[in-house]
Amino acid sequence: MKFWIGIAITLAITLATVAFVNFDYFFFAGYTVLMFVMLATAWNILGGYAGYVNFGTPAFFGLGAYTAAVLYKATAAPLVVQIAAAAVMSGLLGLVAGLLTLRLRGIFFAIATIALVVIVETVFINWRYAGGATGLQLLRPALMWPFESYIKMLFLVMAIMVLASIALARYIERSWFGRGLRALRDSEEAAECSGVPTLRLKVFACTVSGALMGACGAPMPMYLSFIEPASTFNLNYAIGALASPMIGGTAHWLGPVIGALLLSSLQQLVTVTISNEMNVLVVGVLLVVFVVAAPDGILGLFKRFVSRK
Amino acid sequence: MNSILQIQNVSKSFGGFTALNGVSLDIAEGERFGLIGPNGSGKTTLINCVAGSLRNEAGRIVFQGKEVTRLPAYRRTRLGIARSFQIPRPFSSMTVLENLMVPLEYVIHFNAKKSHAEAMEILGRIGLADKAQTQSNRLSQVELRKLELARAMAARPRLLISDEAMAGLSGSEVDEVLKILFDLNSSGITIIMIEHIMQAVMRFSQRVVCLDAGRIICEGVPAEIVKNPEVQKAYLGV
Repeated sequence: MKFWIGIAITLAITLATVAFVNFDYFFFAGYTVLMFVMLATAWNILGGYAGYVNFGTPAFFGLGAYTAAVLYKATAAPLVVQIAAAAVMSGLLGLVAGLLTLRLRGIFFAIATIALVVIVETVFINWRYAGGATGLQLLRPALMWPFESYIKMLFLVMAIMVLASIALARYIERSWFGRGLRALRDSEEAAECSGVPTLRLKVFACTVSGALMGACGAPMPMYLSFIEPASTFNLNYAIGALASPMIGGTAHWLGPVIGALLLSSLQQLVTVTISNEMNVLVVGVLLVVFVVAAPDGILGLFKRFVSRK
Repeated sequence: MNSILQIQNVSKSFGGFTALNGVSLDIAEGERFGLIGPNGSGKTTLINCVAGSLRNEAGRIVFQGKEVTRLPAYRRTRLGIARSFQIPRPFSSMTVLENLMVPLEYVIHFNAKKSHAEAMEILGRIGLADKAQTQSNRLSQVELRKLELARAMAARPRLLISDEAMAGLSGSEVDEVLKILFDLNSSGITIIMIEHIMQAVMRFSQRVVCLDAGRIICEGVPAEIVKNPEVQKAYLGV
């Protein structure tokens, strides 16, 4: 109940912000922060709950973005349809990639997911209709009432998707499904012997995680009015999606949210005040510090602090 | 004799090393069966093949008249084969109670409320009720062994394989675990016990088989086994 009140309050604040703040840069930067919250939440379903470290975020995110762009170019479909299609495509990618790679464990799975990014990117580099290596310029459609700025609308759409994915992640975490994922993270063999169909659970987690990442990528072409492979399949998405849960804590849905809010806000700040290159350094340093000093993330530190009292 | 588990000519090798070489066994419904053998003789490999953690290359495994040789481990658990692990493998991020919820939710109830009730009931029976909310990585050795058995019991098995559930326990703790196993057996569960503590196996088992280098070297009631010269040779090297 508390959770849903929290969701409602957050939504109300977002709506109020969209209605009363008239500063486009805020929404432009805020969109990126929200996007990383969603990516981190999606990543955590497979990477955190099941413990399968996935470097393939750009593949799912990029496929979602390209699905939206191509669909828009071909049919001028509205954003909602683009998002749905992106989620389906990236979910399918998760399903197929999961079936092929989730029999691998540990580092081997991680390497396979990096290969996935290269494969999907190569497809789009060589697809002329989708713009090939040079990219695709897209004209935003006319504004819809009651929005007076397109970026505000995208911000609101992203905020709603973030809240929905948090609710989904929380539901998974607390259900028998989440318990099964945690069991297989702790010991895959013991989980199997307790009746948990580990492969099926992992593939399903990979599908859900991939679908969310795809949906998250769908508004990207409209956000930039442009899409091209090198930045769409950028490994920074993988690092951001992975670093945020590590910093916030992987065991709880709140972990990736806290981690991503902190990390991406900091990155935005560094990008504006120092330089674009420095923001990558921030991620690296924070990640090393947390992995060494607080392997359970901020939530883990908080828990230890509370239990010591 | 109504057999619950038939192991027919099972072989398994790891690279060039033959861990099991044509092992055949027939285990009766309700039997208390002891499996002994020196280290590296293939005991754990054999039960890994039975539980589905490993696939045997040759031979068949039939459980309650149904061939399970190709089934994944979770399907075998659902059919009624449960095991404990030699080195305890608790779900260490979970509490003791949640550890039991996993098999209950995935095999029996598919429902959290009923699973919770039954988990508490099992913990009571096995003497871990006061530890229900303890994180499972904080348990003592004997508690971990009990948790292994409790989690195996939670899947309501017809056949329970106990892999060295008593290793490293003190005399009175061994008696405690033995009593749990006797109770389970008298409720109709067939039990395969793998054990190095001879006194425990001999007291518990109705029939004992000794493995050495992947083969069965002898089979009989406990009194015969200890007198068997091949067993003495395998164990003592004389």
